[in-house]
Order: sequence, then C-alpha cells, then structure tokens
Amino acid sequence: MSIEKQTIENLATLARLEIDDQRVEEISQRLGSVLELVDQLQAADTNNLTDNSHTPLATQRLREDKVTESNQRDAFQAIAPDTEDGLYLVPKVID
Amino acid sequence: MHNFTITELIDGLKNRVFSSTEITQHFLSRIKTLDPAFNSVITLTEDQAIEAARLADQQLAKGDSAPLCGIPVLHKDIFCTNGVRTSCGSKMLDNFVPPYDATVVENFKTSGAIMLGKTNMDEFAMGSSNETSFYGPVKNPWATNSVPGGSSGGSAAAIAARLAPGATATDTGGSIRQPAALCGITGLKPTYGRVSRWGMIAFASSLDQGGPMARTAEDCALLLNCMASYDQKDSTCVDRPVPNYSANLGDSVKGLRIGIPKEYFSEGLNAGTEKAVRESLAEYEKMGAELVEISLPNTGLSVPAYYVIAPAEASANLSRFDGVKYGHRCDNPKDLEDLYRRTRAEGFGDEVQRRILIGTYCLSAGYYDAYYGKAQQVRELIRQDFTQAFEKVDLIMGPTCPSPAFEFGSKGNDPVAMYLEDIYTISTNLAGLPGMSLPCGMVDNKPVGLQIIGNYFDEARMLNAAHQFQQVTDWHTQAPEGIES
Repeated sequence: MSIEKQTIENLATLARLEIDDQRVEEISQRLGSVLELVDQLQAADTNNLTDNSHTPLATQRLREDKVTESNQRDAFQAIAPDTEDGLYLVPKVID
Repeated sequence: MHNFTITELIDGLKNRVFSSTEITQHFLSRIKTLDPAFNSVITLTEDQAIEAARLADQQLAKGDSAPLCGIPVLHKDIFCTNGVRTSCGSKMLDNFVPPYDATVVENFKTSGAIMLGKTNMDEFAMGSSNETSFYGPVKNPWATNSVPGGSSGGSAAAIAARLAPGATATDTGGSIRQPAALCGITGLKPTYGRVSRWGMIAFASSLDQGGPMARTAEDCALLLNCMASYDQKDSTCVDRPVPNYSANLGDSVKGLRIGIPKEYFSEGLNAGTEKAVRESLAEYEKMGAELVEISLPNTGLSVPAYYVIAPAEASANLSRFDGVKYGHRCDNPKDLEDLYRRTRAEGFGDEVQRRILIGTYCLSAGYYDAYYGKAQQVRELIRQDFTQAFEKVDLIMGPTCPSPAFEFGSKGNDPVAMYLEDIYTISTNLAGLPGMSLPCGMVDNKPVGLQIIGNYFDEARMLNAAHQFQQVTDWHTQAPEGIES
C-alpha cells in the first residue's frame, strides 16, 4: 500500500512538519506498510461495543477553583529560545 | 558492592557496613569507567549525587528511616528533573532544563534516594531497540552487538551492567518489560493510574505508565512503594491507598491459578524462548501453583490497535514542541509557519515524525471513525478478553517477547517488523493492566523474560509470585561476562 504524494503533503501541513521532496517516497512507503498493519482492524467484529478510552477504574475528578501554583514566569522564560519584557518572541505575524 | 541488591544495600547502610557516600561514589565511578561501552547514561549528575549522599549519611547517622535513604538510582530521561537536562532522547529537548521535578522524581527524593543521572532511551519513548535515541543506541551488556530493547533500554542496560541497583522506567507498549527481558533484569509496569504521570513527558497519555526496574522482584517492590502515589496533579491517577508491596512477598504460591494464554505460544515464538518459559511454568507447578490454559482471542489485534491509538495520542501530545517556549528552535525562521515546520523537522527524528504523520492521518477528517474509533472498540474487545480470563485465574503468564535480544539494524527498514516485537506486551497497556518481566532462562547466552500479567491493582500478588520464583531459581543473579567483579 502506498500513499499519494498529495496526502503526505497534506499531513505534513496538518502536523507542521517540513518534508523535503526526496523524503516523500520513503515516507509514503513506510506509512503504507504501517497502514497495511492497521487495516487488520477492519476485520474485527465490534458490533454492540462502545469506546474504551479509559480504564474501568478511572473517574473524572473536579478540584476546587483556587490558585495553587506561584508565578514562575522568570523560571519558565529562562529556558525559552527568545523572550523580551516577559513575552515570548516569534517571527512577525502581521505586516 | 555493585553486586548487592537494593535490599542488601539498605541493610549495609543501616548496619554501617558502608556509607551512602561510598556506594554513590562506587556507582558513579563504574558509570564513568564502564558506560562508554554501553551508552546507557545521557547525563551524569555527579556533584548533586555526592552532595545528596553526604546529606543522606547525616540522616542515616541520626537514624533516619526514609525507606530508600542513601540508595543511588538512575532516572529515565523522560522524567523532568529540576535543574537537570531532560532530553527524552531527542534533539528537540537537548537543551531543555526543566524548572520542576516530576512527581515520581519528587517521591524518590522524599524517600531519600540519590539520583546518579539520567538514562538513555528511544526518542520520546518510541521504539523497541533504543536505536532511535538522538544520543546513539544503548548496547546490551550481554552482547554489545545487540539491542537492549526499548524504550527504557538505558535503565535496563545500566542495571544489567551493575551501574546502578535500580532505576525508573516507563511503559507505553512494553517499554519496561521488553528491555527488562532482553537485559536479564526485573521490571514492572503498574496498573494505569497507579503511578503519577505528572512531569513524565507524554507519549500516549492513555497508555503511558511509569514503573520500577531492578535486579529482583523484592527490589521492585521497594521501589514501587516509593513511586506509587495518588497525585492530584495527574487527573488519571487513581485515588487508592498504596499497599506495602514488600509485605506479602514471602507468601506461598500454593493454589495460585496461573492462566497460560495459548495465543502467546503460537507462530513467531523462538523455540529457545518457549522452552525457557515452559520450564519456568513447570517451576510454578512444582511450587504448588495450578496452570490453566486460557485464550485471549484478540491478541493479534493488539498491535494494529496500538499503532492507531499511540500515534494518534502522540501526534496531539507532541504538537506542543513548536520552538516557542522551550527546546530546539530552527535558525532564521522566515515566518511563524516556517518556524514551526523547520523546528519540528530538525528536532524530531525519523521514527517520531513517522508516528506523528500516522497519528495525524488516523485523526484526520474522513478517517477518524475507520481508524481511531475502530481501534478504541478493539481496545474494548481486548479488555474483555482479560476480564473473562481473570474470572478463572489469578495471574497470567507467558513470554515477555518473541525472542532474545536481536542485533542492531536487523529489523531493517520495515517499521512493522519492529512493532511486532511488542506483540505480547501491548495488550496489557491497552487494557490498563499491570505487567512485569523477570529473568527466566538463557538462549545463546542472552536472557529470556517471563511475563506476569495481573488484574487491576494486583501488583502485590505479581511481585509475590515473582519473588517466590526468584527463591528457587538463580537467573536474576546472573551477570554479563566481565561485569560481576
């Protein structure tokens, strides 16, 4: 199973990954082989079943709406690639 | 000194046979001398370890009873450590120094343990061979031309090479059990929700679970006593009291009903591995346990279901790595889109990019129901298989992986060949069940692992069964050639 170049480019856009043209062929083949494996799922009889994204013992909890963390902006920004006056810097978005 | 188990080291410290400073320095020196051959440690925290050991010795002199006071351990480089680089095996986080500790790391500090450093791993825990690490593969101490397993290969190899008596690890599809099996040590993946995931870099959030690795089940029990906790900061952590996992290790296994899934002994299982596992099961029979043949009919669907669910969750989790707040950033981005796309292409390795793309595909419009929805339903089928099995048996046992450690590069270019390595381990993650691996034999001088799967929150019974096996066998005491002395 191989995946069309257009599909790979679309996925790369959705996933925000730069993919050079010379990598497309290889990626297409490898993704194709994974999707062949994954297609075995279609044979499973799953009538009358519901989703199971959580283990049966898991429960959703609520907590009180109060501040529990102190402000650590300086510590967090110390490890950022680029900051100024407490703001994270990115390339200009609006001309 | 490095041949002592954690249990023996605790005794030695209490009886003043040696100090924490002495054992910490001994293990640090072994890592510096021996690890260049194995590459199991990414970051050594020598100064902090020596200082922590000095403080531990003061505490010990005062009669401090913190359970792991003065015991050196290694942390997998997926757990955030305050002020210490946490790379997750990726170029993306090569420069990432977290400003906080993971709950697991904090629990170890509270228990008095000493961190020696951070262990190598497959990039973002995606791999079964450690070949995807940005820092190069870890070599198996039993055969350095072979993989240690993955993704917690660094932790497993370090313990096998006696570079540390215990380590933390994580398991999303077998990443504790498979490397434990391939390196001849003992490792346990607890029930989903037993150990906090806070500060543990997320791969697939509904499957990821941290757990301990050590040489013996008795030591794993000690480590789990400290790792397991209820944590409000992890909304999937389960609020249940943590039992004393060491309390019932000595119980007899007489009358224990052990389920043997026929699907775990079918095509693809190495003959030597099968022989070692069957001989181990015979040991349990000798100890008075009862072997019951069971069926887990949907085992074959676990790998396909996993390779939808895990990449889907990974593609969402890894979207946070965008070059803005921390981690790698590409040079001279021309606009914001370019910043995201090149940062991620440069920062992530091939396997991680592949899984992000697969996950994106499975979640994209038009494919969601056919892939993600279907995989979640198959997950329910797999869970039901186990629920039915546990109506008849107390534990399930079988091989941890299909064969002993394979050679580097031998799985070639086909990702699917590597994925099938986890065929016996993945289904427990999908079901949220606890699983462990312990050494049970050798094939061509490479270790074989016996897997024990338990019911939800039944870790104590698994550890008890493993400990009883280790009372009558000596596989767990064997060391790779040249390591022992």
